[in-house]
Amino acid sequence: MIRIANGQGFWGDSLEAPVDQVRRGPIDYLTLDYLAEVTMSILQKQRARDPKAGYARDFVEMIGRVLPDLTRRRVRVIANAGGINPKGCADAVDAVAERLGIPIKIAVVAGDDLLPQLDELLNRGIDLKNMETGAPLSVIRSQVQSANVYFGAFPIVQALRGGADIVITGRVTDTALGLAPTIHEFGWGEDDWDKLAAGTIAGHTIECGAQCTGGNCQYDWETIPDLAGVGYPIVEAEPDGTFVITKHAGTGGRVTVASVKEQLLYEMGDPREYITADCIADFTTIQLDQCGPDRVRFRGIKGRPPTAFYKVSISYIAGFKALGSMVYAWPDAYKKARAAEQILRKRLDHLGLQFEEIRAEFLGANACHGIPAAEPSPDVAPELAEVVLRFGVRGQDRAAVERFTREIPPLALNGPPVVSGLGLGRPHVEDIVAYWPALISKHEVKPEVTLWPSES
Amino acid sequence: MAKRKLIELAHARSGDKGDTANIGLIARKPEYYPLLVREVTAERVKQHFMGVCLGEVERFELPNLGALNFLLHQSLDGGGTLALKADPQGKTYSSALLRMEIDVD
Repeated sequence: MIRIANGQGFWGDSLEAPVDQVRRGPIDYLTLDYLAEVTMSILQKQRARDPKAGYARDFVEMIGRVLPDLTRRRVRVIANAGGINPKGCADAVDAVAERLGIPIKIAVVAGDDLLPQLDELLNRGIDLKNMETGAPLSVIRSQVQSANVYFGAFPIVQALRGGADIVITGRVTDTALGLAPTIHEFGWGEDDWDKLAAGTIAGHTIECGAQCTGGNCQYDWETIPDLAGVGYPIVEAEPDGTFVITKHAGTGGRVTVASVKEQLLYEMGDPREYITADCIADFTTIQLDQCGPDRVRFRGIKGRPPTAFYKVSISYIAGFKALGSMVYAWPDAYKKARAAEQILRKRLDHLGLQFEEIRAEFLGANACHGIPAAEPSPDVAPELAEVVLRFGVRGQDRAAVERFTREIPPLALNGPPVVSGLGLGRPHVEDIVAYWPALISKHEVKPEVTLWPSES
Repeated sequence: MAKRKLIELAHARSGDKGDTANIGLIARKPEYYPLLVREVTAERVKQHFMGVCLGEVERFELPNLGALNFLLHQSLDGGGTLALKADPQGKTYSSALLRMEIDVD
């Protein structure tokens, strides 16, 4: 049996979770997921300003905190912290190890960055069509900020076989981080589809950190103990493909069939066809049981061969947006916010400003759900203590969006009464970095695995 | 015929893929699952999300988990960073679905 822990569900997740995972009980592998879809474009911008940047700096700091523990407890680390510059990240980690006087072996998984060869690919007729709209990438080529292939678990396995203590990747599937150790430790083959699917589902279950151990859990949420000290998830994986999801003893949160089911369905498409670079996992074959307190066992998982394609994540500049807010107080808060909305729309119209979209929402009334069933009833609406008008515009003309931002503050004096600007001032204009999902034949790209021996 | 709100019978989690929201609806007890299958159809969900879901609703069954998964296409104002919504990733659509009332016998 091996123990695979997750200590980070996204870049910005708890800084203490990875440290706790290493120190508060036994684990063999620590996996960390730093890369959301928009993260790559942010990192691309950072590297454009500084060639040494473009990776998750939090990761390097975290390694600085726990490296002695990792070595003493023989825990290996797998993280997609490399972002757009995995080699730069490895250099930084290497420098930390040297400073601490702890020799470690680092491996880098790269080759996922398509940006340098993007035009060459397009010229050869690989059109990187948008998976949702079918439009070819050429339509937005000039706006592209980043383009990365999602590799699977096997390049990470190669790094582990090379003896790496820390594996730093660029873009790989989130599930590959948790799957790779099982393939490596148990010698699973590239066509052990059921086992690869099991490892993939284990990876999916832990990839969002505490979201499977009681965090963001709707099932009896008020009774979940000590979320302040919530334990992050651990997979106890067996060579036969069965596994248990658990957490360290003495930590907060709760691992139940219900908490695990919620995470299994998170961001789910067709449950029979969960497609990754390594396999297709069938979520309708999972059998769960509560085999102890904070322990849920997974069995029966079936898988199939993957497709001939890698998924590609492309980010591009898609215009500008700005969002402003005003809060209106009782009585008739909702009616006042609605009146302010109408006034704003008229003023933008008088100014002749054109936008792709104008959107108003009423926080406190029905902004989140947005459905008729959630509208405040006529007797409740006038009694709401306050309602926030959230008003946004989006378009290609930066000057028009900028002009809109000047129309929010005046509402404090020249619109409906009993209003506060929430101290936020004038809204800011933001670049919109949008996401373009595509596919590419696996023959077109090759992962590059490099070992980084520390010679300190 | 008696009516009950889904929040008494099920729990849920939602997320996004581009402009598509997904909602996983999970029976609180195994005996509730057939009720969910019978009552919470793709058509009813489409109707429930009137004005929010502008595309198709697809439904998938996971009897092994006592759960249904719904895909609500064109439901996130363009999705991700394009959206001007307070909830651009549809994270709160889970409990929006739990407002639905269904017939129980």
